Amino acid sequence: MKRLKIDSTVIVLGILLLVLVVGAILVGTVGRNFLSAGNIRDILTGMSVLGLVAIGQTLVVLGASLDLSVTYVISLSSLLAATIMNGNPGNIPLAVIVTLLVCAGVGLLNGLIVTVLKVNGFIATLGVGLILQGILNTNFEGSAGNVPWAFQLIGATGVGPIPVSTLIMVVLAVVVWVLLNRTRTGAHLYAVGGDPEIARLSGVRTRMPLIWAHVLCSVFAALAGLLLASRLGVGSPTVGQQGGYALLSIAAVVLGGTLLLGGRGSIWGTIGGVAILAVVDNVMSVMQVNPFLKDVVRGVVIVAAVAVYSRRSIVRRRPRFGAGGTRTGGDDAAKAAAPEMAAAVSQLADPTSDTTLPAEGGRS
Amino acid sequence: MNALRTLVSPRGAVFLLLVVLLVAVTILNPSFAEPGQFMRFLQRVAPIAIVAIGQYFVIIAGEFDLSQGSLITAQVIIAGNLVGQDDARTVPVLLLMVVFAVAVGLVNGVITTLLKVPSFIVTLGMMLALLGGVMWWTGGAATGNPADSFREIGRGGIRDIPLLDFLPWAVLLLIAWLALGIWITKRPLGKTLIAVGDNARAVDYAGARRAWATTRAFIISSLSASLSAVLLVGYAGVHPSVGRGYEFTAITAVVLGGVVLGGGRGWIVGAVAGAFALEALFMLLNIAGVPSTLRDAVQGVIIIAAVAYSAVAFRARRKRGPQPPPDLTTEEPAPTRTIHTNSTIHTETRGD
Repeated sequence: MKRLKIDSTVIVLGILLLVLVVGAILVGTVGRNFLSAGNIRDILTGMSVLGLVAIGQTLVVLGASLDLSVTYVISLSSLLAATIMNGNPGNIPLAVIVTLLVCAGVGLLNGLIVTVLKVNGFIATLGVGLILQGILNTNFEGSAGNVPWAFQLIGATGVGPIPVSTLIMVVLAVVVWVLLNRTRTGAHLYAVGGDPEIARLSGVRTRMPLIWAHVLCSVFAALAGLLLASRLGVGSPTVGQQGGYALLSIAAVVLGGTLLLGGRGSIWGTIGGVAILAVVDNVMSVMQVNPFLKDVVRGVVIVAAVAVYSRRSIVRRRPRFGAGGTRTGGDDAAKAAAPEMAAAVSQLADPTSDTTLPAEGGRS
Repeated sequence: MNALRTLVSPRGAVFLLLVVLLVAVTILNPSFAEPGQFMRFLQRVAPIAIVAIGQYFVIIAGEFDLSQGSLITAQVIIAGNLVGQDDARTVPVLLLMVVFAVAVGLVNGVITTLLKVPSFIVTLGMMLALLGGVMWWTGGAATGNPADSFREIGRGGIRDIPLLDFLPWAVLLLIAWLALGIWITKRPLGKTLIAVGDNARAVDYAGARRAWATTRAFIISSLSASLSAVLLVGYAGVHPSVGRGYEFTAITAVVLGGVVLGGGRGWIVGAVAGAFALEALFMLLNIAGVPSTLRDAVQGVIIIAAVAYSAVAFRARRKRGPQPPPDLTTEEPAPTRTIHTNSTIHTETRGD
């Protein structure tokens, strides 16, 4: 595989660049500076909440599941945090911990329903989302709680033009990248998402990675909810639904080159996808596009951007051998065994169909 | 006994659920069993059931159609704005709606099959674009109240029938649409769609025109959504929130009916029964006095439980079912053949 690696992440970055250039020109025509510090700050702020949700969603989609309950988890998280804090800065640590634990519990429930009861992720998380909505509607009639100023600062401050919330999002993206590419759970998640049966036959416990993915997805949605609470100053039972985060995060994940069928994709592609959506939104806001027309443009951009690369189906497989691969040192062993393999193959009854076997093994 | 076994099997579970729900409703509200009341119930289910029929064709082919809800809203608003109080416009507008539906289905299908964009994303984009486009066109406030001749389709029916008392047009349309759907599942198109959902590559190798079959499934789905919109204009009126969430309700109904998400397995009558069960559930929650805020929660629990039951029951049945021959080497007179050919025979026998 010494060919030029044009994988989907590169294409996503290319599309992002294109969107940035077109956006800068469009914004320039109305006499505004696209690259001003204020505007960059707006774009990055717009990325942070959807980015957090999309990072979690990436994990679940890689495991060939979906999470439609994130919208309700976001609302739940913002309400829990705001009501526990209740304006008292001393309650912040407690509120954050309780919120994250409760939402992790929701994720655990999702994961168990998907893995143990074998309910399709779409239906399972739709159902859990409905349950959460019922609970929210029963217990809260409107905005509730009060977020102390100390916590609101997280959503309001920044380092230069970069908001703290975006920094948190990027740091967590790095953590998830490490999880996916440098840990056993990450490798198993790719395996289970690619083909659960083959993963099982290879000795992978197929349930654990997917349960972890669902738990982490809900925790990331909870973080997004905390961020929204810090921005709004109160908890709101509809903040998740208003943003349409479930479908938009899935769109961002697919925009980032992750296969909806699972098993292939990357976290940086997702961040790229989120950035594309944020830039498009920002350009439309600056140009004061009709809010309904915004939805039309958003829909067209999502479909068009995915269409650019999905037709060529060049989502790169994870390298199996060599540096960065899931199996190091395998190359030499395979090369050493090649002559024996060839000899064994030639003895088989049906040589025509089998000669391709070692070659295939060597290439992948 | 055999019927009982069918009812407990995953395929028949939805009918069992439906019967239980209807009996529960009748116990709590005895007047429900009267023909008039029951016809009203059927009339109320008709839009969801029709949307579920459309969604069924898309789901057995292994795709999703998330644009149904938005399409319903769009069609409702088109009807409201274009028909107006002019009876003469009813037929031309109906034709326009059909053309619009076919166009939406065609775009969904072509982008999914030819551009190879996942249908989840295509129809999500279509959902955003349709809703945004219609709202942009109307400025966010849907106005207009279509002529009575148009609303009659969803509201009216044949009155003063001896036994039934009242037979709504909606029920007749549902029956006709279901019959049409069953007919399509018997046709090559239906068979091809199930094959596509089961194994798309095999369909390609078999030489079937997969792209065109899938595209037609999307067109059927859009047409179903539009028919449902015509009915909804009748008794829900023109409002930008009509149709909201119908795509998820339809997918839920179809899955409740034993159709497998991902395609390849499912029965159209089950999908319709799923829609009926869902609506019966709403009604039961209503009659039982469950607070409206908790209804969502109960609905969520029941959906998960029903799908989990059929998934677990299906696995259990497969475990009990005829085991594939463990090892064929014993049956062969002389095991001279190599491991490779052995495994080929194994798969062949499993295919029987």
